[in-house]
Amino acid sequence: MFDVINQQLLAHVAEGLPICSRPYAVIGERLNISETDVIKRLKHLQASGIIKRFGVIVKHAVLGYRANAMCVWHVPEEKIDEIAQYLLEFPFVTLCYQRPMLPEWHYNLYCMIHGKDKSTVLAQLARINSRPQMQTFPHQVLFSRRCFKQRGAIYNLN
Amino acid sequence: MLTNLQKKLLNDFQRDFPLSLTPYADIAAQLNVTENEVLQALRELNDQKFISRIGAIIPPNQIGVSTLAAISVPENELESVAAQINRFSEVNHNYERENALNLWFVLIATDAAHLNNVIRAIENETGYDVLRFPLEKEFFIDLSFQLDLTNV
Repeated sequence: MFDVINQQLLAHVAEGLPICSRPYAVIGERLNISETDVIKRLKHLQASGIIKRFGVIVKHAVLGYRANAMCVWHVPEEKIDEIAQYLLEFPFVTLCYQRPMLPEWHYNLYCMIHGKDKSTVLAQLARINSRPQMQTFPHQVLFSRRCFKQRGAIYNLN
Repeated sequence: MLTNLQKKLLNDFQRDFPLSLTPYADIAAQLNVTENEVLQALRELNDQKFISRIGAIIPPNQIGVSTLAAISVPENELESVAAQINRFSEVNHNYERENALNLWFVLIATDAAHLNNVIRAIENETGYDVLRFPLEKEFFIDLSFQLDLTNV
């Protein structure tokens, strides 16, 4: 299923769908496949979960969502699933990942919070940390300062 | 100032964008406006950088191999090191964060060997060690959320 055409298709979609009347025809021309084939393939990629979401990707910072915090905890392995589920109950949590710990960085559970400003995000974080158990885990909050790069992944076509 | 149409386009089409021959005309029909109004509104949002694109969110490691990475850089070198890192097309996000570990970026490569090569090249060019935090488990991925656009 995952052929070269699909890979090229994703690379083109990663650059952004053209804003014109028949955008899938434009992409089809670039790939030498038909407009309906583009649509069929995108539907399939979405149904199979390779595309998680297809739509308008907003720039939160420009829209006034200037604060973005990466929050990290060190949670014992056996409690990770439970704590992750707890984090996901909060609507402002947009991402939640487990990542490996390193000697220089002793945290394994990550989540992202986007908010209009720092104080809003800190208030949201306080709600998360109001569960007493959360205070037993080592924790850090890393607010973003400058964004040096933000764009869709470029998939190497070789 | 954003128009009501633009606000609707920003909020209501972050997912399930029409996969039809004329997606913008379909959106227009849903919103009771013309296709041209939708195209115009989206072009403005794009030009003014309110949207990064209309496109696909692909979870990490679905295609290729990706990792979150971080380095600790002295403040006065941050901009030049960030620029060195950004020159690699494999880097798609790069943020300064409030921490001693202050530069965080995401890399995506075709396979593990390619990823290793890029990280080694970044270490050689910048002179700093790169810490790697590949995804071990994903609990959720959905960057769409309801925007409060009342004061925009």
